[in-house]
Parts: sequence; structure tokens; C-alpha cells
Amino acid sequence: MDQKEKVVSEKYIRNKTIVAFGIFVILIICSLLAWKWLQNQPREEGALRPLRKVLNANEIVFQNLYSTGNLSKVYPASKAAPRVRVNGDAGLADNFDTASWRLKLTRSPGDTLFITLDDVKKLPKTEVIFDFKCIEGWSQVTHWAGVRFSEFAKHYGLNDQTKSLYTGLITPDQEYYVGIDTKSMMHDQTILCYEMNGKPLPMNQGYPLRLIIPVKYGVKHLKRIGTMYFSNSRPKDYWFERGYDYYCGL
Amino acid sequence: MKKIVEKHPLAIRWFHWVNFPILCIMIWSGLLIYWANDVYKLGWNDKTILKFFPQSMYDAFKIPFRLAEGMSLHFVFMWLFAINGLAYFIYIFFSREYKLLFPNRNSIKESWLVILHDLHIRKTAPPQKKYNAAQRLAYTTIIFCGFLMLLTGLAIYKPAQLNWLCTIFGGYEWARAEHFIITIIFVLFFVVHVAQVVLAGWNNFSAMITGFEVVKLKKTETHIIPDQVPTEISVTE
Repeated sequence: MDQKEKVVSEKYIRNKTIVAFGIFVILIICSLLAWKWLQNQPREEGALRPLRKVLNANEIVFQNLYSTGNLSKVYPASKAAPRVRVNGDAGLADNFDTASWRLKLTRSPGDTLFITLDDVKKLPKTEVIFDFKCIEGWSQVTHWAGVRFSEFAKHYGLNDQTKSLYTGLITPDQEYYVGIDTKSMMHDQTILCYEMNGKPLPMNQGYPLRLIIPVKYGVKHLKRIGTMYFSNSRPKDYWFERGYDYYCGL
Repeated sequence: MKKIVEKHPLAIRWFHWVNFPILCIMIWSGLLIYWANDVYKLGWNDKTILKFFPQSMYDAFKIPFRLAEGMSLHFVFMWLFAINGLAYFIYIFFSREYKLLFPNRNSIKESWLVILHDLHIRKTAPPQKKYNAAQRLAYTTIIFCGFLMLLTGLAIYKPAQLNWLCTIFGGYEWARAEHFIITIIFVLFFVVHVAQVVLAGWNNFSAMITGFEVVKLKKTETHIIPDQVPTEISVTE
């Protein structure tokens, strides 16, 4: 394959050059204007609106990849970190009364169950040892145990509820809250967790019950579940309101 | 009358110049993301030669506490980077442009001769078509890096659903490190590339915009090719 050669007039060269550079400069100006336009767009839940729209579209695209059979890599217990990183305390108020805690499970308006930790512990126990991934970019192999959400849902007759698009979780003090697509809640590795490294959850890890959901970033692993509810529209989400992606699916 | 060489097809110019601002945005937003867990450094044990990145750089560019903004840009412009890159790949394949671009069996040997020539150690450079041997190797490497960028990016974006991809790259933390290293390679490539374009002169640069290069008939060089008679080859860098 060789390059084509042509003999042309100087005028031809000059005109062609002017047109090409003219278009080039116009395209540079257009792209700079487009960038400026983007920066001046109003924000939707903390993110520039056009970017937010694409993030929402990404959710639809990557939900097609999602399968409950796609598991996060699991590790032997010996690989788990003895000292687990604590990154956030939103929703973990100091004045928490452990004795009066119940998981408030809202099956539908007016139909609320109050579930004790002992009730949860009666269900089959599942261990998950996986590489916990923070949205900040670090990760750590950690060891958790609890009841699979899918088994919990079956036990408490949540057949209709788990058909709704979203599951919402709120801490007892209402300070931290997440919304998660119910399909991800039903993942085999998603557990309502009450043990870390074989011992009851420490207070700063969300005692008595937290969510462990390996198909999401750490921001969705809500510590100390107070209320659980279901909805077809997006439940409010703490980090979503601060400009992050809603889906956060891994 | 003058002679011109049709050097860069319109498609190549388009892909090249569209890629530039997209890559700038991807690297910029990547920096905003990286700041939130800036653990990489050059060094050994406790010795640090270079920390990625110094606080002064973060401050100068106002990088801290913009993770959400970085992620929103990164996960939007990733589409444009991927689409532009894949379209480019399809184009060079079907247009057979890859024959001018990919290294051939002489490229590794010849690229040394090109480097020696560029450093003014050798007087002559091996004969070439559109690109010399060093360019073939450098451009092909950077295209391959673009491809790796896409794959390592996907691996850290969906490490659970694409567990197999993440495993290929050595796991989540390695994939993130590789994604970072390739970014550094891109930046280094950019520096060398711009320096070479400046050295090559206006005619060469202009061709990336107009598509053609004017052949300066007076300025010819004699290339000595071993075991061959000296041939006159016009210089088209």
C-alpha cells in the first residue's frame, strides 16, 4: 500500500489549507463552547444534568450484564484482614439503644414487622469473604456472616415486595439511607450481616445488623439497618444526593 | 506547480483530533478519582522517589474532594473514548491503513537506526513509507495501550459482573494499578509525540489537518541502503 501523489497548483494548496485550518479552528471553538455549556448546566442531585442522564442510562446498559450467578471472587478466611477499615460513621449515632433495636420491615403501608436480632439469627447463616470495594478506590478482603437477603425475603413472605424495583434502607437515626435495585439485593452474596471475623459486629461496623452487598461499592453497604422498605421509584440515597451514581453496581 | 502526497485520510484526522480532547477529559477526571485513594509511588521500602501525586500539584489544579465530579465525567466520556477508538480500529482494518501502521518484520531492527538517526548519531535513516519503523512501533503500542485502557477500565468498573476480566488483569487492585500505569504511558507518549511533531516541522503537522504534505522537490536526501545503489528518496516524515 503506497500513498497517492498528485501534482497541483500552489493556489490549490493554499485554498485547501485555508479551508482545512478554518474547519479545524471552528471545531476547536465548538468543543470549547460545548465544554463551557456542560459546566453551566444545572445540577440534578449534585451532578451536572447531562452527566446525570448518562449515568442513569449506564444503569440500564449495565443491568443487562447483571446476573445473580456472577459472583464476586471469594477468599479463604485466612486472607481476611484482622483489622477492618472504618471509613464512615454517618447514621451511627452515639446514643443508640441496643436493647430496643428492632428491624422495622415495612412490607406495605400499614403492614410493618418488627424483627429482633435473634429472629434474624435463626435463619440459615451464610459467610461471605470478599474484596470489599470502596468508591474511593481502595479495597480490603473482609469476612462477614449473616442471612442471605433472598432467604430472609422468602422467610418473611416478601414475594411481591421483591418484585418491586428498589429496596430502601434507613439507619435508626434517619441520618444515612440508601436505595438499591432489588435484583442486586437478591444476589447470592447479598447478606443481612451480624458477624464480622466470626464475632458480633462492632458498633462502628453497624451493630446489630448491616448490609453486605458485594455487587455494590461500600457506600451501599448500610451500617445499622433501622428500616427496610420497597418501592418502584428510587428510594432516597445519601451519596446519590451528593453527586454520585445511583446504581454503583460492580 | 507542486507535488503533494495524500498522507492522512479524513477519517484518521477525525479520529486523531476527536480523541485528543476526550483523552484530556478522561485523564483529568481520572485524576479527580485517583486523588481519593492516591496510593501509588515510585520507590522502594520506605524510600519514595516520586509520590503520585505531590500535594502541590493537587493544590495547583484544585483536585481535592472532587471524586463525584470525576466519576460522573469519567463514566460519560468513557463511551466517546470507546466508540472513537473502536471506530478507528475498524477503519484502519478495512481501509488497510494498518499495513502502513503496524510493525513489519524489519521494524524492531530499523527502529534503532531511526533513533540513532534522530539523535544525529547516524547520518542516514532507513527508507520508509508513511511512517518510519520507530513510529510504527510507537503508534501501534499506544493503540494497544488504548485497548488495554478500555479493558482494565471495565475490569475495575464491573469487577463482580466481569470477574473473569478482573482476574485476567491479576485482580481488582492490579487492574487499577495497570489502568494508572497506562495513563502515565499515555502522558509520556504525548510529551515525546509533541516534541517530535515540533522537530518534524510545519509541513508534517499541517498534514494532520489538511491531509496532504507538500513534497519539497529541492530538498532531497540520499539514503544509503546496504547492498543497494544509492537511491533518491524524498523526505516525507
